[in-house]
Amino acid sequence: MNIEHFPSRLLENAVNEFAKLPGIGRKTALRLVLHLLRQDQREVEIFGNTMIQMKNEIRHCKVCHNISDNDICNICANPSRISSIVCVVENIKDVMSIENTHQFNGLYHVLGGIISPMDGIGPSDIEVESLVGRVSRGEIEEVILALSTTMEGDTTNFFIFKKLKDLPVKITTLARGVSIGDELEYTDEITLGRSIVNRQNFEDSLGR
Amino acid sequence: MFIEELSLINFKNFEQAEMKFSPDLNCFIGNNGAGKTNLMDAIYYLSFCKSFLNPVDLQNIRHDEEFFVVQGKYQRQGNEEHIYCGLKKGNKKHFKRNKKEYKKLSEHIGLLPLIVITPSDIDLIMGGSEERRRFIDTVISLYNQHYLDSLIKYNRALLQRNNLLKQFASTNSFHAENLEIWDDQLVHYAEVIHRERKIYIEKFLPVFQNYYNLISGGNEIIGLEHQSHLYDGDFAGQLQRSRQRDRILQFTTVGIHKDDIEFRLGDFPIKKLGSQGQKKTFLVALKLAQYNFVKEISGITPILLLDDIFDKLDKHRVEEIVKLVANDHFGQIFITDTNREHLDQIISRVNAEYRIFTIDNGVVVS
Repeated sequence: MNIEHFPSRLLENAVNEFAKLPGIGRKTALRLVLHLLRQDQREVEIFGNTMIQMKNEIRHCKVCHNISDNDICNICANPSRISSIVCVVENIKDVMSIENTHQFNGLYHVLGGIISPMDGIGPSDIEVESLVGRVSRGEIEEVILALSTTMEGDTTNFFIFKKLKDLPVKITTLARGVSIGDELEYTDEITLGRSIVNRQNFEDSLGR
Repeated sequence: MFIEELSLINFKNFEQAEMKFSPDLNCFIGNNGAGKTNLMDAIYYLSFCKSFLNPVDLQNIRHDEEFFVVQGKYQRQGNEEHIYCGLKKGNKKHFKRNKKEYKKLSEHIGLLPLIVITPSDIDLIMGGSEERRRFIDTVISLYNQHYLDSLIKYNRALLQRNNLLKQFASTNSFHAENLEIWDDQLVHYAEVIHRERKIYIEKFLPVFQNYYNLISGGNEIIGLEHQSHLYDGDFAGQLQRSRQRDRILQFTTVGIHKDDIEFRLGDFPIKKLGSQGQKKTFLVALKLAQYNFVKEISGITPILLLDDIFDKLDKHRVEEIVKLVANDHFGQIFITDTNREHLDQIISRVNAEYRIFTIDNGVVVS
Protein backbone atom coordinates (compact mmCIF):
# COMPACT_ATOMS: atom_id res chain seq x y z
CA MET A 1 0.00 0.00 0.00
CA ASN A 2 1.24 3.45 -0.88
CA ILE A 3 0.92 6.08 1.75
CA GLU A 4 -0.76 9.00 0.06
CA HIS A 5 0.70 12.45 0.49
CA PHE A 6 -1.92 15.15 0.30
CA PRO A 7 -0.76 18.72 -0.12
CA SER A 8 -3.64 19.88 2.04
CA ARG A 9 -5.19 18.59 5.22
CA LEU A 10 -8.60 19.93 4.11
CA LEU A 11 -8.39 17.94 0.91
CA GLU A 12 -7.43 14.82 2.81
CA ASN A 13 -10.39 15.21 5.19
CA ALA A 14 -12.79 15.50 2.28
CA VAL A 15 -11.32 12.40 0.63
CA ASN A 16 -11.63 10.48 3.89
CA GLU A 17 -15.32 11.35 4.15
CA PHE A 18 -16.11 10.24 0.60
CA ALA A 19 -14.16 7.05 1.05
CA LYS A 20 -16.49 6.06 3.90
CA LEU A 21 -19.34 5.67 1.41
CA PRO A 22 -20.17 2.17 0.21
CA GLY A 23 -18.55 1.28 -3.09
CA ILE A 24 -16.18 4.27 -3.05
CA GLY A 25 -12.45 3.63 -2.81
CA ARG A 26 -9.79 6.23 -2.13
CA LYS A 27 -9.01 6.87 -5.79
CA THR A 28 -12.63 7.49 -6.65
CA ALA A 29 -13.00 9.63 -3.53
CA LEU A 30 -10.11 11.84 -4.67
CA ARG A 31 -11.60 12.16 -8.14
CA LEU A 32 -14.97 13.23 -6.72
CA VAL A 33 -13.39 15.72 -4.34
CA LEU A 34 -11.26 17.28 -7.10
CA HIS A 35 -14.38 17.50 -9.23
CA LEU A 36 -16.21 19.38 -6.48
CA LEU A 37 -13.24 21.66 -6.03
CA ARG A 38 -13.50 22.74 -9.67
CA GLN A 39 -17.21 23.59 -9.36
CA ASP A 40 -18.73 27.02 -8.59
CA GLN A 41 -18.96 27.93 -4.94
CA ARG A 42 -22.74 27.89 -5.22
CA GLU A 43 -22.93 24.41 -6.74
CA VAL A 44 -20.93 22.98 -3.89
CA GLU A 45 -23.07 24.77 -1.31
CA ILE A 46 -26.21 23.33 -2.86
CA PHE A 47 -24.62 19.87 -2.80
CA GLY A 48 -23.63 20.13 0.85
CA ASN A 49 -26.87 21.72 2.00
CA THR A 50 -28.95 19.13 0.17
CA MET A 51 -27.20 16.37 2.07
CA ILE A 52 -27.64 18.12 5.41
CA GLN A 53 -31.26 18.97 4.73
CA MET A 54 -31.98 15.40 3.64
CA LYS A 55 -30.58 14.03 6.87
CA ASN A 56 -32.28 16.62 9.06
CA GLU A 57 -35.70 16.72 7.53
CA ILE A 58 -36.34 13.29 6.15
CA ARG A 59 -38.91 11.33 8.08
CA HIS A 60 -40.20 7.82 8.30
CA CYS A 61 -43.87 7.35 7.59
CA LYS A 62 -45.68 6.78 10.86
CA VAL A 63 -47.79 4.07 9.31
CA CYS A 64 -45.52 2.01 7.08
CA HIS A 65 -42.01 3.25 8.07
CA ASN A 66 -41.15 4.03 4.50
CA ILE A 67 -38.93 7.06 3.97
CA SER A 68 -41.06 10.14 3.48
CA ASP A 69 -41.10 13.94 3.47
CA ASN A 70 -44.17 14.06 5.69
CA ASP A 71 -45.48 12.22 8.71
CA ILE A 72 -47.50 10.01 6.39
CA CYS A 73 -45.92 8.91 3.11
CA ASN A 74 -47.47 9.49 -0.30
CA ILE A 75 -48.49 5.87 -0.66
CA CYS A 76 -50.24 5.64 2.72
CA ALA A 77 -51.88 9.03 2.17
CA ASN A 78 -53.24 8.09 -1.27
CA PRO A 79 -57.00 7.45 -0.85
CA SER A 80 -57.24 5.43 -4.05
CA ARG A 81 -54.98 2.69 -2.68
CA ILE A 82 -56.49 -0.35 -1.00
CA SER A 83 -55.64 0.03 2.64
CA SER A 84 -56.74 -3.46 3.68
CA ILE A 85 -53.85 -5.18 1.89
CA VAL A 86 -50.35 -4.69 3.25
CA CYS A 87 -47.16 -5.89 1.63
CA VAL A 88 -44.27 -6.51 4.04
CA VAL A 89 -40.83 -5.70 2.60
CA GLU A 90 -37.30 -5.41 3.92
CA ASN A 91 -36.43 -1.88 2.81
CA ILE A 92 -37.33 1.06 0.62
CA LYS A 93 -35.53 -0.44 -2.39
CA ASP A 94 -38.05 -3.28 -2.35
CA VAL A 95 -40.93 -0.78 -2.21
CA MET A 96 -39.52 0.86 -5.32
CA SER A 97 -39.14 -2.51 -7.09
CA ILE A 98 -42.74 -3.51 -6.39
CA GLU A 99 -44.05 -0.05 -7.29
CA ASN A 100 -42.27 -0.35 -10.64
CA THR A 101 -44.30 -3.46 -11.46
CA HIS A 102 -47.54 -1.36 -11.36
CA GLN A 103 -49.29 -4.55 -10.22
CA PHE A 104 -49.87 -3.69 -6.59
CA ASN A 105 -52.33 -1.15 -5.31
CA GLY A 106 -52.23 -1.81 -1.59
CA LEU A 107 -50.04 -0.36 1.15
CA TYR A 108 -46.61 -1.37 2.46
CA HIS A 109 -44.91 -2.13 5.71
CA VAL A 110 -41.15 -1.55 5.69
CA LEU A 111 -39.29 -3.67 8.25
CA GLY A 112 -35.98 -1.84 7.92
CA GLY A 113 -34.01 -5.09 7.85
CA ILE A 114 -34.32 -8.84 8.28
CA ILE A 115 -33.38 -10.98 11.25
CA SER A 116 -29.70 -11.90 11.10
CA PRO A 117 -27.65 -12.32 14.28
CA MET A 118 -24.48 -12.29 12.16
CA ASP A 119 -25.24 -8.70 11.23
CA GLY A 120 -26.40 -7.90 14.74
CA ILE A 121 -30.08 -7.61 13.76
CA GLY A 122 -32.61 -9.19 16.09
CA PRO A 123 -36.42 -9.18 16.00
CA SER A 124 -36.59 -6.03 18.14
CA ASP A 125 -34.44 -4.12 15.65
CA ILE A 126 -37.02 -4.37 12.90
CA GLU A 127 -40.57 -3.04 12.64
CA VAL A 128 -42.51 -6.17 13.55
CA GLU A 129 -44.31 -4.90 16.67
CA SER A 130 -45.75 -1.97 14.70
CA LEU A 131 -47.00 -4.43 12.06
CA VAL A 132 -48.71 -6.52 14.74
CA GLY A 133 -50.21 -3.25 16.00
CA ARG A 134 -51.56 -2.37 12.56
CA VAL A 135 -53.08 -5.82 12.14
CA SER A 136 -54.60 -6.00 15.61
CA ARG A 137 -56.37 -2.68 15.05
CA GLY A 138 -58.35 -4.63 12.50
CA GLU A 139 -57.58 -2.38 9.53
CA ILE A 140 -55.98 -5.12 7.51
CA GLU A 141 -57.44 -8.16 5.76
CA GLU A 142 -54.35 -9.53 4.04
CA VAL A 143 -50.64 -9.40 4.76
CA ILE A 144 -48.32 -10.31 1.87
CA LEU A 145 -44.87 -11.43 2.99
CA ALA A 146 -42.43 -10.23 0.31
CA LEU A 147 -38.94 -10.84 1.70
CA SER A 148 -35.89 -12.29 -0.04
CA THR A 149 -35.87 -16.07 -0.41
CA THR A 150 -32.73 -16.43 1.69
CA MET A 151 -32.43 -18.28 5.00
CA GLU A 152 -32.73 -14.96 6.84
CA GLY A 153 -35.72 -13.87 4.75
CA ASP A 154 -37.48 -17.20 5.36
CA THR A 155 -36.77 -16.98 9.08
CA THR A 156 -38.15 -13.45 9.30
CA ASN A 157 -41.22 -14.51 7.33
CA PHE A 158 -41.77 -17.34 9.75
CA PHE A 159 -41.29 -15.09 12.76
CA ILE A 160 -43.90 -12.65 11.46
CA PHE A 161 -46.24 -15.51 10.64
CA LYS A 162 -46.02 -16.77 14.21
CA LYS A 163 -46.82 -13.29 15.52
CA LEU A 164 -49.84 -12.87 13.26
CA LYS A 165 -51.30 -16.33 12.98
CA ASP A 166 -53.82 -15.93 15.81
CA LEU A 167 -55.12 -12.65 14.46
CA PRO A 168 -57.98 -12.54 11.95
CA VAL A 169 -55.85 -11.84 8.89
CA LYS A 170 -55.02 -13.72 5.73
CA ILE A 171 -51.27 -14.25 5.36
CA THR A 172 -49.85 -14.81 1.89
CA THR A 173 -46.38 -14.85 0.39
CA LEU A 174 -44.90 -14.21 -3.03
CA ALA A 175 -45.20 -17.12 -5.47
CA ARG A 176 -41.92 -18.89 -6.16
CA GLY A 177 -41.37 -20.50 -9.51
CA VAL A 178 -39.93 -20.47 -12.98
CA SER A 179 -38.96 -16.99 -14.15
CA ILE A 180 -40.73 -15.56 -17.14
CA GLY A 181 -38.68 -16.05 -20.31
CA ASP A 182 -36.63 -18.87 -18.79
CA GLU A 183 -36.08 -22.20 -20.46
CA LEU A 184 -36.98 -25.14 -18.26
CA GLU A 185 -33.73 -27.00 -18.78
CA TYR A 186 -31.82 -24.07 -17.24
CA THR A 187 -34.09 -23.65 -14.25
CA ASP A 188 -32.53 -24.89 -11.03
CA GLU A 189 -34.04 -28.09 -9.67
CA ILE A 190 -35.27 -26.65 -6.38
CA THR A 191 -37.28 -23.92 -8.09
CA LEU A 192 -38.57 -26.26 -10.76
CA GLY A 193 -39.56 -28.84 -8.14
CA ARG A 194 -41.46 -26.22 -6.26
CA SER A 195 -43.16 -24.98 -9.38
CA ILE A 196 -44.42 -28.49 -10.08
CA VAL A 197 -45.72 -28.95 -6.53
CA ASN A 198 -47.35 -25.50 -6.45
CA ARG A 199 -48.66 -25.61 -10.01
CA GLN A 200 -51.58 -23.34 -10.85
CA ASN A 201 -54.72 -23.40 -12.91
CA PHE A 202 -53.89 -22.63 -16.50
CA GLU A 203 -56.57 -19.96 -16.73
CA ASP A 204 -55.12 -18.17 -13.72
CA SER A 205 -51.71 -18.25 -15.36
CA LEU A 206 -52.89 -16.23 -18.34
CA GLY A 207 -52.36 -13.07 -16.31
CA ARG A 208 -53.87 -9.68 -16.72
CA MET B 1 -17.08 -43.83 -19.62
CA PHE B 2 -13.29 -43.83 -19.87
CA ILE B 3 -10.28 -41.61 -20.34
CA GLU B 4 -8.43 -42.25 -23.59
CA GLU B 5 -5.55 -39.84 -23.37
CA LEU B 6 -3.93 -37.78 -20.66
CA SER B 7 -1.40 -35.05 -21.11
CA LEU B 8 0.45 -33.21 -18.36
CA ILE B 9 2.69 -30.18 -18.29
CA ASN B 10 4.45 -29.19 -15.05
CA PHE B 11 2.00 -31.14 -12.93
CA LYS B 12 3.66 -32.13 -9.65
CA ASN B 13 6.84 -34.06 -10.47
CA PHE B 14 6.01 -34.44 -14.16
CA GLU B 15 7.57 -31.94 -16.52
CA GLN B 16 5.72 -33.35 -19.45
CA ALA B 17 3.89 -36.59 -20.11
CA GLU B 18 1.48 -37.96 -22.65
CA MET B 19 -0.26 -41.26 -22.20
CA LYS B 20 -2.81 -43.35 -24.06
CA PHE B 21 -4.88 -45.60 -21.84
CA SER B 22 -6.68 -48.86 -22.20
CA PRO B 23 -10.44 -48.61 -21.69
CA ASP B 24 -10.17 -51.54 -19.28
CA LEU B 25 -7.11 -51.89 -17.11
CA ASN B 26 -4.12 -49.60 -16.63
CA CYS B 27 -1.25 -50.20 -14.21
CA PHE B 28 1.38 -47.78 -12.98
CA ILE B 29 4.51 -49.44 -11.65
CA GLY B 30 7.40 -47.65 -10.04
CA ASN B 31 9.38 -47.09 -6.88
CA ASN B 32 8.34 -44.87 -4.01
CA GLY B 33 8.22 -41.23 -5.02
CA ALA B 34 8.33 -42.01 -8.74
CA GLY B 35 5.01 -40.29 -9.37
CA LYS B 36 2.49 -43.13 -9.70
CA THR B 37 -0.03 -41.52 -7.39
CA ASN B 38 0.49 -38.13 -9.01
CA LEU B 39 -0.77 -39.61 -12.27
CA MET B 40 -3.86 -40.84 -10.42
CA ASP B 41 -4.23 -37.38 -8.98
CA ALA B 42 -4.15 -35.81 -12.44
CA ILE B 43 -7.05 -38.05 -13.50
CA TYR B 44 -8.89 -37.21 -10.28
CA TYR B 45 -8.27 -33.52 -10.95
CA LEU B 46 -10.07 -33.71 -14.28
CA SER B 47 -13.15 -35.14 -12.56
CA PHE B 48 -13.28 -33.04 -9.40
CA CYS B 49 -11.32 -29.87 -10.30
CA LYS B 50 -9.03 -30.46 -7.34
CA SER B 51 -6.40 -32.81 -6.01
CA PHE B 52 -7.21 -35.60 -3.59
CA LEU B 53 -3.76 -35.28 -2.07
CA ASN B 54 -3.14 -31.58 -1.72
CA PRO B 55 -5.93 -29.03 -1.37
CA VAL B 56 -3.56 -26.13 -2.12
CA ASP B 57 -3.78 -25.77 -5.90
CA LEU B 58 -0.55 -23.81 -6.27
CA GLN B 59 1.46 -26.59 -4.67
CA ASN B 60 0.47 -28.88 -7.51
CA ILE B 61 2.62 -26.86 -9.89
CA ARG B 62 6.05 -28.42 -10.49
CA HIS B 63 8.80 -26.77 -8.44
CA ASP B 64 10.16 -23.53 -9.92
CA GLU B 65 7.55 -23.45 -12.67
CA GLU B 66 4.85 -20.87 -13.26
CA PHE B 67 1.89 -23.00 -14.34
CA PHE B 68 0.52 -26.46 -14.90
CA VAL B 69 -1.81 -27.89 -17.53
CA VAL B 70 -3.69 -31.18 -17.31
CA GLN B 71 -5.73 -32.31 -20.30
CA GLY B 72 -7.79 -35.39 -20.87
CA LYS B 73 -9.66 -36.90 -23.78
CA TYR B 74 -12.66 -38.98 -22.69
CA GLN B 75 -15.23 -41.21 -24.31
CA ARG B 76 -18.53 -40.57 -22.60
CA GLN B 77 -21.93 -41.84 -23.74
CA GLY B 78 -20.66 -42.15 -27.31
CA ASN B 79 -19.19 -38.65 -27.39
CA GLU B 80 -15.65 -37.40 -27.22
CA GLU B 81 -15.03 -34.95 -24.40
CA HIS B 82 -11.94 -32.80 -24.13
CA ILE B 83 -11.30 -31.51 -20.64
CA TYR B 84 -8.68 -28.87 -19.99
CA CYS B 85 -7.45 -27.62 -16.65
CA GLY B 86 -4.83 -24.92 -16.38
CA LEU B 87 -3.48 -22.99 -13.44
CA LYS B 88 -0.98 -20.17 -13.59
CA LYS B 89 0.47 -18.52 -10.50
CA GLY B 90 -1.48 -15.37 -9.68
CA ASN B 91 -4.42 -16.34 -11.92
CA LYS B 92 -7.56 -18.27 -11.25
CA LYS B 93 -7.94 -21.86 -12.28
CA HIS B 94 -9.25 -22.38 -15.80
CA PHE B 95 -11.45 -25.34 -16.54
CA LYS B 96 -12.74 -26.05 -20.02
CA ARG B 97 -14.96 -28.67 -21.57
CA ASN B 98 -14.50 -28.94 -25.32
CA LYS B 99 -12.73 -25.55 -25.35
CA LYS B 100 -15.61 -23.85 -23.59
CA GLU B 101 -14.76 -22.46 -20.19
CA TYR B 102 -16.98 -23.26 -17.22
CA LYS B 103 -18.45 -20.34 -15.35
CA LYS B 104 -18.60 -22.33 -12.15
CA LEU B 105 -16.47 -25.38 -11.37
CA SER B 106 -19.50 -26.99 -9.73
CA GLU B 107 -21.06 -27.33 -13.19
CA HIS B 108 -18.32 -29.77 -14.12
CA ILE B 109 -18.38 -32.01 -11.07
CA GLY B 110 -20.47 -35.10 -11.77
CA LEU B 111 -19.82 -35.12 -15.52
CA LEU B 112 -17.01 -37.67 -15.18
CA PRO B 113 -17.81 -39.82 -12.14
CA LEU B 114 -14.81 -41.36 -10.46
CA ILE B 115 -14.11 -43.28 -7.27
CA VAL B 116 -10.67 -43.39 -5.74
CA ILE B 117 -9.49 -45.86 -3.13
CA THR B 118 -6.38 -44.55 -1.43
CA PRO B 119 -4.45 -45.16 1.80
CA SER B 120 -5.70 -41.82 3.17
CA ASP B 121 -9.24 -43.24 3.22
CA ILE B 122 -8.28 -44.49 6.66
CA ASP B 123 -9.36 -41.02 7.90
CA LEU B 124 -12.92 -42.21 7.32
CA ILE B 125 -12.46 -44.68 10.16
CA MET B 126 -9.93 -42.91 12.33
CA GLY B 127 -10.90 -39.29 11.72
CA GLY B 128 -13.70 -37.16 13.14
CA SER B 129 -17.40 -37.61 12.43
CA GLU B 130 -17.24 -34.84 9.82
CA GLU B 131 -15.40 -37.18 7.42
CA ARG B 132 -18.16 -39.77 7.69
CA ARG B 133 -20.95 -37.23 7.27
CA ARG B 134 -19.23 -35.90 4.15
CA PHE B 135 -18.92 -39.44 2.80
CA ILE B 136 -22.68 -39.94 2.78
CA ASP B 137 -23.62 -36.32 2.05
CA THR B 138 -21.70 -36.33 -1.24
CA VAL B 139 -23.53 -39.37 -2.55
CA ILE B 140 -27.00 -38.28 -1.42
CA SER B 141 -26.44 -34.81 -2.90
CA LEU B 142 -25.68 -36.47 -6.23
CA TYR B 143 -29.25 -37.61 -6.67
CA ASN B 144 -31.17 -35.39 -4.30
CA GLN B 145 -30.88 -31.66 -4.91
CA HIS B 146 -33.47 -31.05 -2.22
CA TYR B 147 -31.19 -32.73 0.32
CA LEU B 148 -28.26 -30.51 -0.62
CA ASP B 149 -30.45 -27.43 -0.38
CA SER B 150 -31.70 -28.47 3.06
CA LEU B 151 -28.14 -29.09 4.20
CA ILE B 152 -27.03 -25.63 3.07
CA LYS B 153 -30.04 -24.02 4.76
CA TYR B 154 -29.51 -26.00 7.96
CA ASN B 155 -25.88 -24.95 8.15
CA ARG B 156 -26.82 -21.35 7.57
CA ALA B 157 -29.42 -21.40 10.37
CA LEU B 158 -26.88 -23.10 12.62
CA LEU B 159 -24.34 -20.38 11.91
CA GLN B 160 -26.91 -17.71 12.79
CA ARG B 161 -27.98 -19.49 15.96
CA ASN B 162 -24.38 -19.87 17.12
CA ASN B 163 -23.78 -16.21 16.40
CA LEU B 164 -26.77 -15.34 18.51
CA LEU B 165 -25.49 -17.48 21.39
CA LYS B 166 -22.16 -15.63 21.23
CA GLN B 167 -24.02 -12.34 21.21
CA PHE B 168 -25.97 -13.34 24.32
CA ALA B 169 -22.71 -14.19 26.05
CA SER B 170 -20.94 -10.98 25.10
CA THR B 171 -23.84 -8.71 26.03
CA ASN B 172 -24.81 -10.81 29.01
CA SER B 173 -28.41 -10.98 27.83
CA PHE B 174 -30.86 -13.63 26.76
CA HIS B 175 -34.04 -13.66 24.69
CA ALA B 176 -35.66 -17.05 24.47
CA GLU B 177 -37.90 -15.89 21.65
CA ASN B 178 -34.97 -14.83 19.46
CA LEU B 179 -33.40 -18.23 19.86
CA GLU B 180 -36.64 -20.08 19.12
CA ILE B 181 -36.87 -18.52 15.67
CA TRP B 182 -33.69 -20.36 14.71
CA ASP B 183 -34.75 -23.52 16.51
CA ASP B 184 -37.81 -23.66 14.26
CA GLN B 185 -35.64 -23.51 11.15
CA LEU B 186 -33.20 -26.12 12.43
CA VAL B 187 -36.03 -28.49 13.29
CA HIS B 188 -37.59 -28.11 9.85
CA TYR B 189 -34.45 -28.87 7.84
CA ALA B 190 -33.04 -31.43 10.29
CA GLU B 191 -36.04 -33.68 9.68
CA VAL B 192 -35.44 -33.78 5.93
CA ILE B 193 -31.73 -34.45 6.36
CA HIS B 194 -32.22 -37.06 9.04
CA ARG B 195 -34.79 -38.97 7.01
CA GLU B 196 -32.66 -39.04 3.86
CA ARG B 197 -29.55 -40.14 5.73
CA LYS B 198 -31.47 -42.94 7.38
CA ILE B 199 -32.93 -44.16 4.10
CA TYR B 200 -29.55 -44.01 2.37
CA ILE B 201 -27.69 -45.91 5.09
CA GLU B 202 -30.34 -48.63 5.07
CA LYS B 203 -30.03 -49.02 1.31
CA PHE B 204 -26.25 -48.88 1.44
CA LEU B 205 -25.66 -51.51 4.13
CA PRO B 206 -26.57 -54.71 2.23
CA VAL B 207 -24.45 -53.71 -0.78
CA PHE B 208 -21.57 -52.95 1.53
CA GLN B 209 -21.99 -56.20 3.46
CA ASN B 210 -21.91 -58.16 0.24
CA TYR B 211 -18.59 -56.64 -0.86
CA TYR B 212 -17.08 -57.10 2.57
CA ASN B 213 -17.90 -60.79 2.68
CA LEU B 214 -16.65 -61.33 -0.84
CA ILE B 215 -13.27 -59.84 0.04
CA SER B 216 -12.85 -61.31 3.51
CA GLY B 217 -14.26 -64.68 2.53
CA GLY B 218 -15.98 -64.85 5.89
CA ASN B 219 -19.38 -64.23 7.33
CA GLU B 220 -18.58 -61.41 9.71
CA ILE B 221 -21.50 -59.10 10.18
CA ILE B 222 -20.58 -55.50 9.62
CA GLY B 223 -22.65 -52.58 10.68
CA LEU B 224 -23.17 -48.92 9.94
CA GLU B 225 -24.89 -47.46 12.92
CA HIS B 226 -26.36 -44.08 12.24
CA GLN B 227 -26.06 -42.10 15.45
CA SER B 228 -28.16 -38.98 15.63
CA HIS B 229 -29.80 -36.91 18.33
CA LEU B 230 -32.94 -37.17 16.27
CA TYR B 231 -33.34 -40.80 17.31
CA ASP B 232 -33.71 -39.63 20.91
CA GLY B 233 -37.12 -38.16 20.23
CA ASP B 234 -38.48 -34.70 19.64
CA PHE B 235 -35.66 -32.47 18.35
CA ALA B 236 -37.40 -29.20 19.22
CA GLY B 237 -37.67 -30.36 22.84
CA GLN B 238 -34.01 -31.34 22.88
CA LEU B 239 -32.98 -27.92 21.62
CA GLN B 240 -35.01 -26.40 24.38
CA ARG B 241 -33.55 -28.63 27.07
CA SER B 242 -29.97 -28.01 25.95
CA ARG B 243 -30.45 -24.28 25.96
CA GLN B 244 -28.54 -23.64 29.20
CA ARG B 245 -25.62 -25.75 28.04
CA ASP B 246 -25.63 -24.07 24.62
CA ARG B 247 -25.52 -20.65 26.28
CA ILE B 248 -22.49 -21.59 28.34
CA LEU B 249 -20.63 -23.25 25.46
CA GLN B 250 -21.81 -20.60 22.97
CA PHE B 251 -22.66 -23.09 20.27
CA THR B 252 -25.46 -25.52 19.42
CA THR B 253 -24.76 -28.88 21.04
CA VAL B 254 -27.56 -30.97 19.57
CA GLY B 255 -28.63 -31.53 15.97
CA ILE B 256 -27.81 -33.40 12.79
CA HIS B 257 -24.49 -31.55 12.54
CA LYS B 258 -23.39 -33.93 15.29
CA ASP B 259 -24.54 -37.08 13.45
CA ASP B 260 -22.05 -39.87 13.19
CA ILE B 261 -21.91 -43.29 11.63
CA GLU B 262 -20.28 -45.93 13.74
CA PHE B 263 -18.47 -48.52 11.68
CA ARG B 264 -18.85 -51.89 13.32
CA LEU B 265 -17.33 -55.29 12.89
CA GLY B 266 -19.49 -57.80 14.68
CA ASP B 267 -20.41 -56.10 17.92
CA PHE B 268 -17.40 -53.83 18.14
CA PRO B 269 -16.41 -50.49 16.69
CA ILE B 270 -13.74 -51.14 14.09
CA LYS B 271 -11.98 -47.90 14.99
CA LYS B 272 -10.87 -49.35 18.30
CA LEU B 273 -10.62 -53.07 17.67
CA GLY B 274 -10.09 -53.73 13.99
CA SER B 275 -6.69 -54.81 12.69
CA GLN B 276 -5.06 -52.76 9.94
CA GLY B 277 -6.03 -55.38 7.38
CA GLN B 278 -9.63 -55.48 8.59
CA LYS B 279 -9.85 -51.70 8.40
CA LYS B 280 -8.45 -51.74 4.91
CA THR B 281 -10.93 -54.42 3.85
CA PHE B 282 -13.71 -52.38 5.39
CA LEU B 283 -12.69 -49.27 3.47
CA VAL B 284 -12.32 -51.07 0.16
CA ALA B 285 -15.79 -52.59 0.57
CA LEU B 286 -17.18 -49.19 1.57
CA LYS B 287 -15.74 -47.54 -1.51
CA LEU B 288 -16.83 -50.32 -3.86
CA ALA B 289 -20.36 -50.00 -2.48
CA GLN B 290 -20.16 -46.25 -3.09
CA TYR B 291 -19.00 -47.00 -6.64
CA ASN B 292 -22.12 -49.08 -7.07
CA PHE B 293 -24.41 -46.26 -5.97
CA VAL B 294 -22.72 -43.61 -8.08
CA LYS B 295 -22.93 -45.91 -11.09
CA GLU B 296 -26.61 -46.54 -10.49
CA ILE B 297 -27.51 -42.91 -9.84
CA SER B 298 -25.54 -41.32 -12.65
CA GLY B 299 -26.15 -44.10 -15.17
CA ILE B 300 -22.49 -43.83 -16.13
CA THR B 301 -19.78 -46.35 -15.25
CA PRO B 302 -17.30 -44.40 -13.14
CA ILE B 303 -13.53 -44.61 -13.45
CA LEU B 304 -11.97 -46.54 -10.56
CA LEU B 305 -8.60 -45.51 -9.13
CA LEU B 306 -6.95 -48.07 -6.86
CA ASP B 307 -3.98 -46.43 -5.22
CA ASP B 308 -1.71 -48.79 -3.32
CA ILE B 309 -4.71 -50.95 -2.52
CA PHE B 310 -2.91 -54.22 -1.74
CA ASP B 311 -0.76 -52.89 1.05
CA LYS B 312 -1.53 -54.52 4.44
CA LEU B 313 -3.82 -57.18 2.97
CA ASP B 314 -3.18 -60.89 3.13
CA LYS B 315 -2.78 -62.98 -0.01
CA HIS B 316 -6.30 -64.30 0.14
CA ARG B 317 -7.93 -60.87 0.33
CA VAL B 318 -5.75 -59.51 -2.45
CA GLU B 319 -6.89 -62.34 -4.63
CA GLU B 320 -10.55 -61.70 -3.84
CA ILE B 321 -10.25 -58.01 -4.65
CA VAL B 322 -8.55 -58.91 -7.91
CA LYS B 323 -11.39 -61.28 -8.74
CA LEU B 324 -13.95 -58.65 -7.87
CA VAL B 325 -12.65 -55.79 -9.92
CA ALA B 326 -11.83 -58.06 -12.85
CA ASN B 327 -15.58 -58.50 -13.12
CA ASP B 328 -17.00 -56.44 -15.96
CA HIS B 329 -19.28 -54.59 -13.54
CA PHE B 330 -16.38 -52.18 -13.16
CA GLY B 331 -15.33 -50.07 -16.11
CA GLN B 332 -11.95 -48.49 -16.57
CA ILE B 333 -9.53 -49.21 -13.74
CA PHE B 334 -6.21 -47.68 -12.76
CA ILE B 335 -3.91 -49.46 -10.32
CA THR B 336 -0.64 -48.38 -8.75
CA ASP B 337 1.78 -50.79 -7.17
CA THR B 338 5.45 -51.17 -6.47
CA ASN B 339 5.10 -54.88 -6.91
CA ARG B 340 4.91 -56.44 -10.34
CA GLU B 341 3.69 -59.72 -8.88
CA HIS B 342 0.28 -58.39 -7.87
CA LEU B 343 -0.23 -56.88 -11.25
CA ASP B 344 0.69 -59.99 -13.14
CA GLN B 345 -1.76 -61.87 -11.01
CA ILE B 346 -4.53 -59.46 -11.94
CA ILE B 347 -3.65 -59.47 -15.59
CA SER B 348 -3.70 -63.24 -15.72
CA ARG B 349 -7.34 -63.15 -14.62
CA VAL B 350 -8.60 -60.35 -16.75
CA ASN B 351 -9.59 -61.13 -20.26
CA ALA B 352 -9.62 -57.49 -21.11
CA GLU B 353 -7.12 -55.23 -22.75
CA TYR B 354 -4.47 -53.85 -20.41
CA ARG B 355 -1.54 -51.47 -20.42
CA ILE B 356 1.36 -51.26 -18.03
CA PHE B 357 3.26 -48.03 -17.52
CA THR B 358 6.58 -47.91 -15.74
CA ILE B 359 7.10 -44.63 -13.95
CA ASP B 360 10.54 -43.43 -12.95
CA ASN B 361 11.15 -40.12 -11.24
CA GLY B 362 8.48 -38.11 -13.00
CA VAL B 363 8.97 -39.77 -16.38
CA VAL B 364 6.74 -42.34 -18.02
CA VAL B 365 9.32 -44.84 -19.23
CA SER B 366 7.13 -47.30 -21.06
